[in-house]
Amino acid sequence: MQRVINDPDMLVEDMLPGFLEANKSLVHASSENPRTVVSNFVGQGAPRVGIVSGGGSGHWPAFIGYCGQNMVDAVAVGEIFSSPTAKAFEQCIREADSGKGVAVLYGNYAGDNMNVKMALRRVEKEGIHVATVVANDDVASAPSDQRDRRRGVAGEVLMWKCGGARAAMGGSLEEVIACAQKAIDNTRSIGIGLSPCTIPSYGKPNFSIEPGSMEVGIGHHGEPGIKVEPLKDANGMADEMVEAVCSDLPFGSGDDVVVLISGLGATPVMEQYILSARVFSDLKDRGISVYKSYVGNWFTSLEMGGVTLTLMKLDDELRECVDFSVNTPALVQL
Amino acid sequence: MSEKFSNAGSADIVLALCAAIHESKDYLSEVDGAIGDGDHGVNMNKGFTLASQRIDASSSFSDALEVLADTLVDDIGGSMGPIYGTFFMSLSENLSSSDEINAKEFGNSLADAAQALEDLAGARPGDKTLVDVAVPASEAFQAAEQRGDGFSSCLSAMAEASEAGWKSTEGMQARLGRAARLGERSIGHLDAGATSCNVILQTMAKEISAKLQG
Repeated sequence: MQRVINDPDMLVEDMLPGFLEANKSLVHASSENPRTVVSNFVGQGAPRVGIVSGGGSGHWPAFIGYCGQNMVDAVAVGEIFSSPTAKAFEQCIREADSGKGVAVLYGNYAGDNMNVKMALRRVEKEGIHVATVVANDDVASAPSDQRDRRRGVAGEVLMWKCGGARAAMGGSLEEVIACAQKAIDNTRSIGIGLSPCTIPSYGKPNFSIEPGSMEVGIGHHGEPGIKVEPLKDANGMADEMVEAVCSDLPFGSGDDVVVLISGLGATPVMEQYILSARVFSDLKDRGISVYKSYVGNWFTSLEMGGVTLTLMKLDDELRECVDFSVNTPALVQL
Repeated sequence: MSEKFSNAGSADIVLALCAAIHESKDYLSEVDGAIGDGDHGVNMNKGFTLASQRIDASSSFSDALEVLADTLVDDIGGSMGPIYGTFFMSLSENLSSSDEINAKEFGNSLADAAQALEDLAGARPGDKTLVDVAVPASEAFQAAEQRGDGFSSCLSAMAEASEAGWKSTEGMQARLGRAARLGERSIGHLDAGATSCNVILQTMAKEISAKLQG
């Protein structure tokens, strides 16, 4: 393995000190749990609803990269591609609570669901008011009539952006939850995988993609996609992704959207812009107007090759949330 | 042949579970790699090894199970931390008041633990998960106990059903967990959680039988 690592079993332990020192003006680790990363802005200004998230490591900048001002207040850090402990989620909730309640906004994965459930049981006994939103924006992971089975992918970034903004505006827990839920309900994503990734402790790629082919609907943990097709060019990929996402919500003429295109780790940002050019023209052809775009590595899977496309349909509230300023290690918006 | 074993001083059963998981580490990752992300062996080994360092070898069976459960829930996470943590915690809570553990008590505790596991995971038999091992194994134990078999025979019945349940996951289509997203492509592969659950139950049957023969 040609990797910049020390002990393959200790990636998260070895990464955190570097991340925390490099971003010390924005975040710190909880003194109670090294796997709980907390925004330095918690407790500043008027009490507000706390925002908590968390998930497996290996998805940089998800999840810790979005911890900071006006986005996520505390993040539970798991092993590579593995849910954080209930204990880490619990400490996140305690750290983020300033008496107005806490919104836990996370992705639909079996481990996260169980660990959050266990954490909630324990903190509710301490009198903290907690509610959750579970992201399920990936159209490839289940049919549209089974949204509760769909996994959360890059659309989670927009859920945190909107939930965090609503909390910063002084929204109640109910309002923050409703806003984050609306954000994810209005969001759809799909990924295309071109090459696998290797968890260093396992040592070999755990699936393979033949040269000259691509997997549509690839998962963020190397879950194979829903179909394998001959490799298309960027325009062909864009057309297929736009159709998959638009037909699902559906998005149509007159809609105003946010576009989020993310690489899966190994695909150059330049190629993401090549893809985005066609995405923008496809959307224009459909009469959909693009209010704001994010193109870059926003939610990755180690060194997996490929891209994801996420669209969120806007209304006045979500537009205001998307425009709200944030200051986090990964996303700075003035 | 005894019909019960002492709770006190039986932490070695739990230490044997930890050792068995350690020895199966690579195989568990290999099974997981076929339809999951290949980290099952690594994460299980991390948790069980950490627990084995914390367990006082002279402590009771139920106390050692509690240390294992706490370690899995507090330090491992993933899906397996809460699932196995809940399973072992339920076993520990049910057995902690017993000085001597007989077949009836063990069977009832195992049934409760399997139920707790089903409830947390939201899994039913046939979903291609560790429930396909834990539930039939627990049912086989209780059936044997109710027809009057000795403790050791009940354990053999449990081990047989565990093995059969584990193998049955190969032909199933996953309906829960990460492999569920593969649909039909999950058929033809063993489930990783079912594999580790079978390792645990086989080891438990063997170790308790050895104590009964003690």
